[in-house]
Formats: sequence, structure tokens, C-alpha cells
Amino acid sequence: MNTPKERFIKLLFTAAAFSSLALLAGIIIVLFREALPVFSFVSPLAFLGGESWYPTAEPPEFGIWPLIAASAWVTGIALVICVPLGVGSALYLHELAGPRQRAVLKPVIEVLASVPSIIYGFFGMTVMAPFMQEAFGLPIGLCALTAGVILGVMATPTVASIAEDALGYVPRSFREASFALGANRWETLVKVIIPAAGSGISTAIILGMSRAIGETMTVLMVAGGAAVVPASVFDPVRPMTAAIAAEMGEAAVGGEHYHALFAIALALFLVTFVFNAAAELISRRYRLKLGLAR
Amino acid sequence: MNRRDIFQKTGFTLLALCMAANIVFLGTILWFIVSRGLPAISWEFLTAAPRDAMTAGGIAPAILGTLYLTLGAVIVALPLGVACAVYLTEYSPKGWTVNAIRISVNNLAGVPSVVFGLFGLAVFVKGAGFGVSILSGSLTLGMLALPLIISASQEALIAVPQSIREASLALGASRWETIRKVVLPAALPGILTGVILSVGRAAGETAPILFTAAAFYLKGYPDSVFSEVMALPYHIYALMTEGTHPEAQTRIAYGSSLVLLALVLAMSMLAIYIRQRQRRTYHA
Repeated sequence: MNTPKERFIKLLFTAAAFSSLALLAGIIIVLFREALPVFSFVSPLAFLGGESWYPTAEPPEFGIWPLIAASAWVTGIALVICVPLGVGSALYLHELAGPRQRAVLKPVIEVLASVPSIIYGFFGMTVMAPFMQEAFGLPIGLCALTAGVILGVMATPTVASIAEDALGYVPRSFREASFALGANRWETLVKVIIPAAGSGISTAIILGMSRAIGETMTVLMVAGGAAVVPASVFDPVRPMTAAIAAEMGEAAVGGEHYHALFAIALALFLVTFVFNAAAELISRRYRLKLGLAR
Repeated sequence: MNRRDIFQKTGFTLLALCMAANIVFLGTILWFIVSRGLPAISWEFLTAAPRDAMTAGGIAPAILGTLYLTLGAVIVALPLGVACAVYLTEYSPKGWTVNAIRISVNNLAGVPSVVFGLFGLAVFVKGAGFGVSILSGSLTLGMLALPLIISASQEALIAVPQSIREASLALGASRWETIRKVVLPAALPGILTGVILSVGRAAGETAPILFTAAAFYLKGYPDSVFSEVMALPYHIYALMTEGTHPEAQTRIAYGSSLVLLALVLAMSMLAIYIRQRQRRTYHA
């Protein structure tokens, strides 16, 4: 079975398989190469902790703290929405929906997940922002709260579908044991199933968070764009992704601004990388715990 | 009803409300985009180029541009992605290589799309000298779609029962023959589903093409893979943030959003349909 042809074909597949590894390595190398020159004109501490982001002023100032704070705020608001709604939907799908309902509800979640982010951004700009402006008497509806709410809606299907997968891994015997002890369905859900699926659910939350932090077009269009450390949820903000998307077009390639934007991308990449690695680690241990190692 | 029943009832109602919220979200978005987008749609809108400083005419170049970019992305990502999945499920010697590849695929899927855009800018637009072009945009979108296609194909391949592989090998087929004539055909619907889903994703992405492919307005249609191109998602963004006729532009943006949404949702529904039909065949 080990003819030269077979070996050659295996080699081809191996090469293709390494493409993903090469791509990830390539992204890391490019980000570092284009980002590190930033530290020749601003110290790492002043870059991360500086409160003034005036990249086109004379002299320019490159402090990304306002952008980091903005990302943290909108992501935080998004979590407030997507965690209860996402986990709640997953529990509903898993516990209460019959096969007929599932056949409708699962596609609803999948379709919601496949709506492009530009559509969410456009919807936020034309429908949500005027609504928020009216509802809260704001001077302008484009602010951290509006962006956070939309991000929360976007991340809900992500959390829901991953959490639902996690619930599916909980062995039937757990539930049966709980019923046998006299617990009703709600008590079984809260005291047995949710704790058993706990780390799977946290994976879902981390991945939802990662999605919200990395989301670009929505925050670019809806968050308001002011690079100032927000004092309230009604302030316009400029998250990291929005700064990159808005400013890269006008930054001269190889200039200070260009390198600074790559440095923001590197920071963003590292944050999502840590989140994804954590999610991966937790879910692997979770499967081990339930005896489902794969 | 005792206290325990009341708790249960309240709890289940809350869960139902969470689920209902998803339906409300989807319904609201669809309602606004469809009801405000439909009036803008006409035969001219779908088949003509924009005119009068983007305040009239159609969006045909943007539709076409999105098709070019997505097609390009599939040409890049499909062979690589399926081959990678085949390696992982069919050849994979257990060990660190497989683990490293699997971890890299998972991490790639979580990389923010704007980071792919910067990667494309540095590597394809500047490094390789392709400029802002269909080629650069397709490659960038292809990179973004790669991890999606790999994991979908992998899932499809894993679902193929081990017994039919063994049957094929027992009949004297080589490993490659088994993959080509038995495993891949059986996994085809699943792979197709994944491809369609990632195509939908690639078609709707804006951030990766911002600096690698997209132009707000172009006279005429692109004539080679090195041309800049208009694309639906970027067109919507530009209409809302540039130009001097906000009202007329918003109208066109609604129309464009409806077209993009219809395109993307049609693909994801097709994928869902194929998968559900496939599931029925497996269970039959």
C-alpha cells in the first residue's frame, strides 16, 4: 500500500495541512514585524497607558488607553446582554424545546449568527441610534451603550450554540440520578445540569466575548468614534478595532501611525488569542471530566 | 401549586423569554431592512451602475464585485481547507503535528477579521505588490474562510462511518482510492454545507477588504484580478459615511443591505436545508 504515488499524495495532504499553521505563524510574524517599530518612538508603558490618542497631531501622541477602555466598555455591555440571553436560549433549546420546535429555533439562531456585521452596523446607525437618542434624551445616539447592545445581540447566537453543544455532553445518567432523588426538572437543571456543563458554558461565554472584542464594522459605525476615555455609557467611544479600520486608510505605509495601528492589532490579536486558548483548554478539560476525551 | 412548582414555572418562563428574544431580534432586523429596502429595489437597481454622485442608479458593480471576491476566496480556501481536513481525519498520525494544526485552526477561527485585513495589507497589497485589488481581497477573504472550511469538512469526514472505510480497504483499495471514491463522496453534503456557510460569511465581511480590495466608486467594471473592485458590504459602509446626499444615499444603502442580506441568508438557509436532508438520510 506504500507505492510512490500513495506517498506523494500523502505528502500533498500534509503540506496542505501545514498551511493553517503557516498562516497563523505568518499572522504573528507580520503583526510583530509591523508593530514593534512603534516602540522606537513611544515606550510600551506610554503606548498602553497613555490617555491621548492624537495620531495625526503635531507632534503626534500615541496613547491607546482610551481605545482599550472603549473596547472593554462595549464588550462589558455586550456580555450583560449575550450571557443571560445566550445561555438562557441554550437551556431552553436543550431542556424545553421538542423536536418540532428545535427544527425551527435552531435555524433562527443560525440565521441570526450569519447576518453580516455591516448589516448590524447599518441597523444600529439608522434604527437603534435614533431610538436610543429619543429614549435617553441624548445629544447623539451613537455611543458605547448603543454599540454594546448591538454587539450583545450579535454575540448571543454564538454563546447560545456553543453552550447548547456543551449541554449535550452532560450524560443522561446525571439527570436520571437527580430525578430519582426527587428533584423536579428545574432543580435538576439548576443544581445538576448547569454545574456539570459549567466549564462548557464558560467556554461559550469566553468565545462570545472574543467575538465581541474583535467585531469591527458595528463599532466603527455605531460607537461614536471619540478617542476619549469614557465617563458614562452614553459617551461616544472609539474601540480598538474601530480605530484600526477608520485610520488605516489614511496612515502612510511605514509611518509612525501605521506602526501604531499594527501595534493595536497586535494587542487585539494577543487578547483574542489568550481568550481562545483559554476556551480551548477549558473545553478540553471539561470533556475529560465527563469522560468524553476525543 | 407549591413553592417548588412556582420556581420551576418562573424559571421555564424566563428561559422561554430568552429564546423569544432571538426571534424578536431577527424579526426586527429583517422587518426594517426588508420594509425600507424593498422600495429601493428595481430592475435598474440590480443591473445598472451608480450615477449622479451615488444618489441614483444601481449597484450592479458592487454585486458583481462581491461575487468576484467570494469566488476568489473559495478558489483559495476550498482545496487547501478540504485537504487539511482530509489529512487531519484520514492520515493523521496521532501526535504533536496534529495537535499543533488543530490548535492553529481553532485560533485562526477566532482572529478578528480586521486583523486579517491588516495581514492582507502588509502581505498581499504591499509585500507581494498585488496592490488594492480583487486578487489581494480574495486571498485575504480566503485566509479568513480557511479555518471555517477546515472545521466543517473535518466534522463531515468524522461523521462518515468507519466501517465503510474498512470495507473499501478490505476490497483492496489503497488509502487514496478509499478517500477519493468512498470517503469524500460520503462526506460531500457536509463539506458543501461548510463551504456554503463560509461563502456567506466571506460575502458579508467588510473589515478584511477595507484596505485590500474595495473602492467606493469605480468608473466601469474591473477588467483584471489586479483591479480595485466595488463590493456590497463596503458600498453600504461608504454610503453611510461618505458623500454629500445622506437621504438619497441612505435609501440606496437600505436597498444594498436588503440585497446583501438576501444573498447571505439564502446561502445559510441552503446550508441548513442540505444538512437537515442529510441528517434524515443518515437516520433512515
